[in-house]
Amino acid sequence: MTKRIVVTGIGATSALGGTAPENWANLLAGVSGTHTLTHDWIETYQIPVTFAAEASVRPEEVLPRHEAKRLDPSVQFALIAAREAWEDAGAPEVAPERLGVDWATGIGGLWTLLDAWDTLREKGPRRVMPLTVPMLMPNAGAGNLSLQFGAKAYARSVVSACASSTESIANAFDHLQEGLADVVIAGGAESAIHPITMASFASAQALSRRNDDPEHASRPGAIDRDGFVMGEGGAALVLETLEHALARGAKIYAEIVGGGVSADAHHITANDPTGAGATRAVEQALAQAGATPDEVTHINAHATSTPVGDPNEYEALKNVFGDRITEIPVSATKASTGHLLGGTGALEAVFTILALRDRVAPPTINMTEPDPAVPFKLSGEPQPLGDGPQLAISNSFGFGGHNAVVAIRSYDG
Amino acid sequence: MAFSNDEVLAGLAELITDETGIDASEVALEKSFTDDLDIDSISMMTIVVNAEEKFGVTIPDDEVKNLKTVGDAVSFIVAGQE
Repeated sequence: MTKRIVVTGIGATSALGGTAPENWANLLAGVSGTHTLTHDWIETYQIPVTFAAEASVRPEEVLPRHEAKRLDPSVQFALIAAREAWEDAGAPEVAPERLGVDWATGIGGLWTLLDAWDTLREKGPRRVMPLTVPMLMPNAGAGNLSLQFGAKAYARSVVSACASSTESIANAFDHLQEGLADVVIAGGAESAIHPITMASFASAQALSRRNDDPEHASRPGAIDRDGFVMGEGGAALVLETLEHALARGAKIYAEIVGGGVSADAHHITANDPTGAGATRAVEQALAQAGATPDEVTHINAHATSTPVGDPNEYEALKNVFGDRITEIPVSATKASTGHLLGGTGALEAVFTILALRDRVAPPTINMTEPDPAVPFKLSGEPQPLGDGPQLAISNSFGFGGHNAVVAIRSYDG
Repeated sequence: MAFSNDEVLAGLAELITDETGIDASEVALEKSFTDDLDIDSISMMTIVVNAEEKFGVTIPDDEVKNLKTVGDAVSFIVAGQE
């Protein structure tokens, strides 16, 4: 593999804002996106966790109503993030047959499915809208983005829970390397702050229960962390071959240099405690980058703030980086954004790209006392990365035993 | 209480705008759903299902293909109320 693949556009919508720049500014400022939910369903169904990190800009504020009502909220987020990234990239001129889409979701059209089920039971089959299935299918994001941007090279979907959109970026990298396209829109989105998912994750003891202090509930690496916080939104990258980007004079944020994907085959929800699967994913990403672990200057950790997940990730990274792991500036940005499930990897890739551009690791808020079992170099303040060339990895792990890692270099011409 | 022709036309225009974004002022009796308003079959079925609920009528699937213009739909709905 010899092609260089660069990032020329970014877009993001989450609890920290409706655009990538707004997300980045609020992340650097240490803003928490988590708040108490005001939906009736919390009370109606006695949901034990009463808070989440809801997107700060509602899709219906951005999309025309007739467009929004034909799309599941997860795809509304997809469209918003992808349009921003596409505009940011300067709406590249590319032959439709050379433009691809690698899009991801963890859960898909949950709201559409369950609303339709309610309609069926209350009003009968005649009232179930004809677009129900094309709205709820997990490839609805890829299909609609293909339609929106006229992408005819391919439109592929990956579904690997919380690893999904890191995997979609790794796939986009491979697809560009293989010559399937010159430009790819990659990323993922999720809209799953729903009573069903909240109840299920709460039953699984996966969610933080800090109902009295939601803003500080997501605290990766802290000794008293008690679970993750549900988030929502999406993020998109425009990736293209360096040759294509230079030919059109595009601005270049960073270079994607590798992707690693592995599976644990250990347990449907628990990580392999040895970290072996995650270790292999990191090693693959670095091997594809032609880099050694010593070159890595920044890590965006998966770090969801669960009691078992955070130390597992530490073990996996220690396998790769040895004692140096405690010296590399790490950011655990779910402290601010909550966990976007299938959208999380793409959002964290956007943060990693901006960290390399600005030479700063974003802060990890809400640290109380560091857990000695997770001795990452986290800071509540932005950590400077220095002026030299940078190499970062962004990790994502998902239910099902999925591990995905992307390696990103600063682009310095 | 039955809806008048004008009320059905206005209500239908609302449903069409909601589904397609077409301005309600574009929706007139002589307009063809497909040729003038560019409404595809999926949108047409969505409008039909919503119209049934809004006006309390039944529009059988077999009948939908006969509703070529907005006027055809208005007439069918008005007649269907009786």
